[in-house]
Amino acid sequence: MTDDRADPDELLARIRREEDRAGRGRLKIFFGASAGVGKTYAMLSAAHELRAQGVDVLVGIAETHGRKDTQAPLAGLEVLPPRVVEHRGAQVAEFDIDAALVRRPACILVDELAHSNAPGSRHPKRWQDIEELLDAGIDVFTTVNVQHLESLNDVVNGITGIKVWETVPDRVFDQADEVIVVDLPPDELLQRLRQGKVYMAAQAEQAIRNFFRKGNLIALRELALRRTADRVDDQMLAYRNDEAIGRVWATRESMLACVGPQAGSERLVRSAARLARQLGVEWHAVYVETPALQRLPTAQREAILKVLALAQQLGARTATLTGQSPAAEIIDYARRHNLARVVVGRGRARALWTGRSITDRLGTLAPEIEVIQVGIEDVAPRRARAGDGAGQPGPKYGGYAWAAAICTAATAAALPLAGRLDLANIVMLFLLAVVVTAVRFGRGPAVLSAFLGVAAFDFFFVPPRYALAVSDAQYLIVFGVMLAVALVIGHLTSGLRFQARVAGHREARTQALYEIARELSGVLTREQVIEIGDRHIEASFHARAVILLPDAADKLAAFDANPQAGAPAVDLAVAQWVFDNGKPAGFATDTLPGSRVHYTPLPAPMRTRGVLVLEPEISRLLLIPEQRRLLETFAALIAIALERVHYVEVAQGALVRIESERLRNSILSAMSHDLRTPLTSLLGLAESLAITRPPLSAAQLEMAGAIRDEAVRMNALVNNLLDMARLQAGEVRLNRQWQPLEEAVGAAVAAMRQPLAKHTVRIDLPADLPLAEVDAVLFERVLCNLLENAAKYTPAGSEVVIEASTQGDEFRVAVADNGPGLAPGMEEAIFEKFTRGEVESTTPGVGLGLAISRAIVEAHGGRIWVERGRDGGARFVIALPRGTPPALPAEAGRAA
Amino acid sequence: MNRPASAVLIVEDEKPIRRFVRAALESEGLKVFEAETGRQGLVEAATRKPDLVVLDLGLPDLDGVDFICGLRAWSAMPVIVLSARAQEPDKIGALDAGADDYLTKPFGVGELLARVRAALRRVATGPEGAAVVRFGRTSVDLGARVVTRGGAPVHLTALEYRLLAVLARNLGKVLTHRQLLREVWGPSYIEQSHYLRIYMAQLRHKLEDDPAQPRYLLTEIGVGYRLSAE
Repeated sequence: MTDDRADPDELLARIRREEDRAGRGRLKIFFGASAGVGKTYAMLSAAHELRAQGVDVLVGIAETHGRKDTQAPLAGLEVLPPRVVEHRGAQVAEFDIDAALVRRPACILVDELAHSNAPGSRHPKRWQDIEELLDAGIDVFTTVNVQHLESLNDVVNGITGIKVWETVPDRVFDQADEVIVVDLPPDELLQRLRQGKVYMAAQAEQAIRNFFRKGNLIALRELALRRTADRVDDQMLAYRNDEAIGRVWATRESMLACVGPQAGSERLVRSAARLARQLGVEWHAVYVETPALQRLPTAQREAILKVLALAQQLGARTATLTGQSPAAEIIDYARRHNLARVVVGRGRARALWTGRSITDRLGTLAPEIEVIQVGIEDVAPRRARAGDGAGQPGPKYGGYAWAAAICTAATAAALPLAGRLDLANIVMLFLLAVVVTAVRFGRGPAVLSAFLGVAAFDFFFVPPRYALAVSDAQYLIVFGVMLAVALVIGHLTSGLRFQARVAGHREARTQALYEIARELSGVLTREQVIEIGDRHIEASFHARAVILLPDAADKLAAFDANPQAGAPAVDLAVAQWVFDNGKPAGFATDTLPGSRVHYTPLPAPMRTRGVLVLEPEISRLLLIPEQRRLLETFAALIAIALERVHYVEVAQGALVRIESERLRNSILSAMSHDLRTPLTSLLGLAESLAITRPPLSAAQLEMAGAIRDEAVRMNALVNNLLDMARLQAGEVRLNRQWQPLEEAVGAAVAAMRQPLAKHTVRIDLPADLPLAEVDAVLFERVLCNLLENAAKYTPAGSEVVIEASTQGDEFRVAVADNGPGLAPGMEEAIFEKFTRGEVESTTPGVGLGLAISRAIVEAHGGRIWVERGRDGGARFVIALPRGTPPALPAEAGRAA
Repeated sequence: MNRPASAVLIVEDEKPIRRFVRAALESEGLKVFEAETGRQGLVEAATRKPDLVVLDLGLPDLDGVDFICGLRAWSAMPVIVLSARAQEPDKIGALDAGADDYLTKPFGVGELLARVRAALRRVATGPEGAAVVRFGRTSVDLGARVVTRGGAPVHLTALEYRLLAVLARNLGKVLTHRQLLREVWGPSYIEQSHYLRIYMAQLRHKLEDDPAQPRYLLTEIGVGYRLSAE
């Protein structure tokens, strides 16, 4: 029982997988062994079926190569116009991803998964376009041939002798939701080829003819079928895992691939990836930089970094290690990360004097680790060491000059002593010169120094003096020793200096992180975060940096209003893409790698906070994994600081709002009290006059009545002003409850009995009117205002009708009169503050009532408007959302 | 009706209001005592033993609810509270605490006197009220549990009758939603105000001539209900 229980982490991962899938489009791949098997045709047929089912299908791009049988099924399908790009003087039709994203079909057909886009496109590869489409939730149909799969590239190369340059990472293939094998027996394919039904680019016809040999086709077909079978296997495994069939994750099985400087490293990485996939384990790829490798030319070092990037793309975790001994560093890394297998290339490289390969050394150092050797010698000749030394640091030549100078100085010092000292002691002086040179300037100058020293010693001191002839063979030993000393010391010093430099770099990185973290921890404003971020990135990456922040609508804008002259040329569209997708772009990434500028998102826990843009002066710096990680850490630190500042602002804003609300409420209630108390006295005293004894005269009574009426009017005005102030102050707190509209209508009519005394009021409510969720007090105010309005603007004797009905998901409550109606064009204006129906009117009352009514109705999520009623009167209509009334209380209908 | 012995205590901090309320009450032949603060009002109520208290809810020294609770600790004398508009929570608080009626400022003298008369009449009929309550053509016999309208018996469900009986026993008094829900449905239903509203509508349809413009089963909007016999 307990064995069956799934690991919670595993379950979580499964849920995530399913969630990821839910929002993502589905990928269907039509997979074939070679060109001409009919993949595009099969894809188009599938599209027709979908379309017949009513799915919105769009042909993004279909490579029909002008063939009739492929073009025919295109008829009846919507085809996206291609984007025409100028490339090497020719017009190239490319898939238009932006247009596709705007069009947003349910399913899109994008032929040729392995296609490379023309330079200047958003992504260098079409499979990346497809990933973006899938991320956008669009289903994609595509086609690919077996030789384009990254991990099978070498195998296909070995079989057919043709190197395919356009490759697709295996994970794209493995993560596809559906793979359909389009199979055609080789004989039929050859038949089609002879009939000219297979497309071939004219210039490479001969090569392609070689490709389409029957032997090749059989092998490719087998590969394709086997690869599909592998995939089915993986799916079965994944299913078993998903279905809670417990399995211990074998971390010990994990693998480490060691990338070397040799040309075949790419092949090593691909083999390792293939192996890791077959074993179902995770894998790492490392490169150990030794002092010797440090002296490699820049081009070769960049090639190594590219191999590491390839490994990362194939799913590896990558790192660059530094140390004297590659074997020791590899073992150390493998033990730290619990990796049981090490994959190395079987090359020619052997240590000079021990004759042992790295495999032997690994075996000696860590017998428990399994070492796998992979053949990496390329069929192609070893890469010529062209451009050697192009990137060599300069000061070396100075070192040689110094070597000569030191030798000259040693000779000058020794000359006066020539007669008095033994030759053996004079040699010591020259040896000293070699040691000094080696320590100070490294191996090369030290070797020169040894040669010069021996020459000078021979010329000036060894008899016959002032001649290069050597009479005694024993001085050859002196020469040999000096040369050996020069080499050994030079080697040691350069190693030491290399270690010191690496430690220095590491220290600098740690220091930079420490500094930026310390400075960011204290900031309180966004400007400070950006200033600190810019400064540190410029210092650590020798790059010009700009931080872009989004505005309220999530659109990026440069924060710096007046950018400095040296700021990188930011493409806001790219930056926006990076912000929206949360992925880096530009230089050293998969997206727009042609750009000189690198864009990286600023990821904070809650959301992406902005985009960091930098243009490095030394582009290589960004390719080093450690530097990339440093940049990511910087970005995360800046993002977290921005998020913290953001929440500080939010908290302060909330505090200010609470404070101002409290102030507003206390002012309003003080005003309400101060205005109402005298009004209450005024009204009460005026009414008291009427009941005084002895009774007042008729004229005095009338005056008392007038005072009372004015007080009532004043009170209504004060009420309206205070209500408006409350409503305008922002949040009206609604006390919404479910109630019959009849009650609110009845209460409003009762409250307005006095003003409506001379009017006829008719209430017309259907018996089955459902409950409405309203704030009773405020809703009564609305009805009172409308009734008061009707009373005010219609002559005595007019009829006022209150009706209600339901229309769709709305309540409609109307207050209609048969008075003169509204002047045309006033329908909206009367809801404004201080507007009255008639411009020149003696009717009392400031036009606030309707503005208040509208504010209240809108706070309920409803609408209010006026229209022409029957007999040309005004008809005010309130529409309120119905919502879902609560269940009615059930009661046995027992009579009392 | 106006027994000269009846005395009223006014607790109000605004002098002009006190003055006209006093004038109005005295014109009815009532004896009037005044208090300017809540504490003074409690002392006056204890020493003068008035028949009714008119209480302002905006006293500077004491919350209206505290005053009523202090008073209700020893007396059942009717309390009419005065409050401003947009103070529904205060009104409801005071009524829940035991006030009998409320007036919204500014109020007319006629309205004040009508409420005072009604409250004094309730005191006169005793704490249990009449066994038969009549309003309009309807009569409710609380003893026999029979409701008739124009002589003909009216069929009410058990809950409708209980609701009507509670209102009838408190004839003329404002009852808050909470009070009615607690009395009729029980304490766990005091948030279900739509129950009450639906039953009230049913009662009106059975007992009022025009349910949309009720004459007896009155709505005190945002506060509660009152059964009026007038």
